[in-house]
Amino acid sequence: MQPGSVYAIKEGKDKTEQHTLSVLVDNEPGVLARVIGLFSGRGYNIESLTVSETEHEKHRSRITVVTTGSAQVIEQIKAQLERMVPVHRVIDLTVTGKAIERELLLIKVRGAGDDRVEALRLADAFRARVIDATTESFVFELTGRTDKLDQFIVLMQPLGLVEVSRTGVAAITRGPAAT
Amino acid sequence: MTRQMTGAEMVVQALIDQGVEHLFGYPGGAVLPIYDELFQQDKIQHILVRQEGGAGHSAEGYARSTGKVGVALVTSGPGATNMVTPLTDALMDSIPMVCITGQVATHLIGSDAFQEADTVGITRPCTKHNWLVKDVNDLGRILHEAFYVARSGRPGPVVVDIPKDVQFATGTYEGPSHVEHKTYRPQVEGDQAAILAAVEMIAKAKKPIFYTGGGVINSGPEASALLREFAHLTGFPVTSTLMGLGAFPATDKQWLGMLGMHGTYEANNAVHDCDVMVNIGARFDDRITGRLDAFSPGSKKIHIDIDPSSINKNVRVDIGIIGDVAHVLKAMLAAWKSAGHKPDKAALKSWWGEIDRWRARNSLGFRQSSETILPQHAIRTLYERTRGKDVYISTEVGQHQMWAAQYFGFDEPNRWMTSGGLGTMGYGLPAAIGAQTAHRDALCIDIAGDASILMNIQELSTAIQHELPVKVFILNNQYMGMVRQWQQLLHGNRLSHSYTDSLPDFVKLAEAYGATGMRCEKASELEGAIDAMISAKGPVLFDCRVANLANCFPMIPSGKAHNEMLLPEDATDEVIANAIDKAGRALV
Repeated sequence: MQPGSVYAIKEGKDKTEQHTLSVLVDNEPGVLARVIGLFSGRGYNIESLTVSETEHEKHRSRITVVTTGSAQVIEQIKAQLERMVPVHRVIDLTVTGKAIERELLLIKVRGAGDDRVEALRLADAFRARVIDATTESFVFELTGRTDKLDQFIVLMQPLGLVEVSRTGVAAITRGPAAT
Repeated sequence: MTRQMTGAEMVVQALIDQGVEHLFGYPGGAVLPIYDELFQQDKIQHILVRQEGGAGHSAEGYARSTGKVGVALVTSGPGATNMVTPLTDALMDSIPMVCITGQVATHLIGSDAFQEADTVGITRPCTKHNWLVKDVNDLGRILHEAFYVARSGRPGPVVVDIPKDVQFATGTYEGPSHVEHKTYRPQVEGDQAAILAAVEMIAKAKKPIFYTGGGVINSGPEASALLREFAHLTGFPVTSTLMGLGAFPATDKQWLGMLGMHGTYEANNAVHDCDVMVNIGARFDDRITGRLDAFSPGSKKIHIDIDPSSINKNVRVDIGIIGDVAHVLKAMLAAWKSAGHKPDKAALKSWWGEIDRWRARNSLGFRQSSETILPQHAIRTLYERTRGKDVYISTEVGQHQMWAAQYFGFDEPNRWMTSGGLGTMGYGLPAAIGAQTAHRDALCIDIAGDASILMNIQELSTAIQHELPVKVFILNNQYMGMVRQWQQLLHGNRLSHSYTDSLPDFVKLAEAYGATGMRCEKASELEGAIDAMISAKGPVLFDCRVANLANCFPMIPSGKAHNEMLLPEDATDEVIANAIDKAGRALV
């Protein structure tokens, strides 16, 4: 029997996986819109998306996408990305081995007394840096895996969390070789 | 070759350098400099359409009937937005098209200027790629890249959006010689190991079938020749999708007819029961597969496709071969011969025995008994009266399209132009104009419905102006027949807005345009009338009055499997009303 059907859609039957994809693209106008349009147009998920020019002379950017879907959907996403004209390469970092994933968080916390002391103590435990301080607030900078950042945000919630800004995931493979 | 010239000159020069002879377009403010250049040359013939959508579909018909890239030129804003349907159509059916759009001057972009639209934004999801040219020095390169992208790999439409100031600006023109694309290099040669494994699997097959598609046509005439050679070498049955008709001759005894929703009984049962399915350049579209969990459940599947994303998209296959059909078939034939493979004759004999039993059901049978013309009979007669002629057929979308696919036989590729993936009503007349532009002396016929033809009827004026003697053969049943058929199947015969009231008098309409109008209402007069249409000099609108309530069978009702077809003799009113169960109703 064939899996997946355009007719009888079997919701939730296939196991969902999370994959981190590294997409090397020509940094031409509209390339990000193209990639995002592909995801929204075909109903794929974007958990996180980070993009920046990485090789200036070659006009090349790296887009890091964290996405979820069944194994078949993930294969489709890669194939659909790969056939786009400005895409050089798509690397599935989840398949190619243990990649390093990092995200940066800026978080503003406002408080006084014990809350303020506790926030500072927790920031220290998480190796967050204070990058702005007033007598009633801190802005912390924290890098790490997504779950670490999530956890830090949860801890700051009762201590006067004001707002959060995060970059989304950047990722790279381990070892000496380029991907 | 590099030269100084204006952007508008570059456009014309690039088209000439790409071998473009015909261009379909409509002028407007933002493309006037290009039109001024067109005026001053005589290498490219411009076909003036009556609505930009007509230019797009004409370019599609031109491309489909020649294998070349179709080219359209339209202005900014509404010119570009009118192209969205043909672009989407070409994307779905993998038709190579370059569409050049004018844009407001670069300093006005984003200011909501007159006739401004975000053309690259709007056309991004309906093109293979698009470009906004901001520097005249990039224009030559981008135009040549556009042609390369449109025709390479899986063909498709591209848009080059050129602001008016860039058309006026002077810069350096870059010729087509050095287009080595930075990123886009599709794979054309199939993987040898996969080819060997596939040939091995084919040799062992006991109940095989070739299921071919538009990819065979797109790959060029050599692909059709190789398909025929492989089919004759193996003796396997061949079926095809709507888009692939003509790649394998309809007059061949190994031909089973089209498969899918309105395919033949023998093709669909063979697809259901086969043990090895060889998909050549088709994409397991839902009109073909129907219910996926019941689609050819017992077969091993081989899939040849130039687009890697087509493999395992809808149907999981055992062997996927990424590559161009002609290249892959050539390698498969070589592998077959060098391994000394022979088909299993005994198994094939019993397989053909089964197929012959399905054939004996005569699923396309109909009885033309009274003077009321049956639509099936009309198409069959049109086919018989045009046999042996140099014929190109286009269609609109609906019942007439399916009847054309079922009852008109195609023996050669590139003779059949239809909107398969998108299902665009209004495609047929401009597509026929496109085909006629490329093949001046051929007989180009648009098989139309009374509703569809009205969607782009204005293009009749184009045909008159450019002396393109297209024939429009309208199966007039005064209904949007396919809509009505589905309302009968799904909605308790409540015919909501599917009756085309206030139809024009097509004969007078033709005459108003300066074409010939004809009408035929009696079966006994049909042959003579068709002959008169064929021999008429200019464009003809042929109003063929057919049985109003005829429906299109055989049919796989949605939600059903390929061996649960509805045949014409079983399709009583009651069966039709209950053919689709509750789950199937949500599907289209």
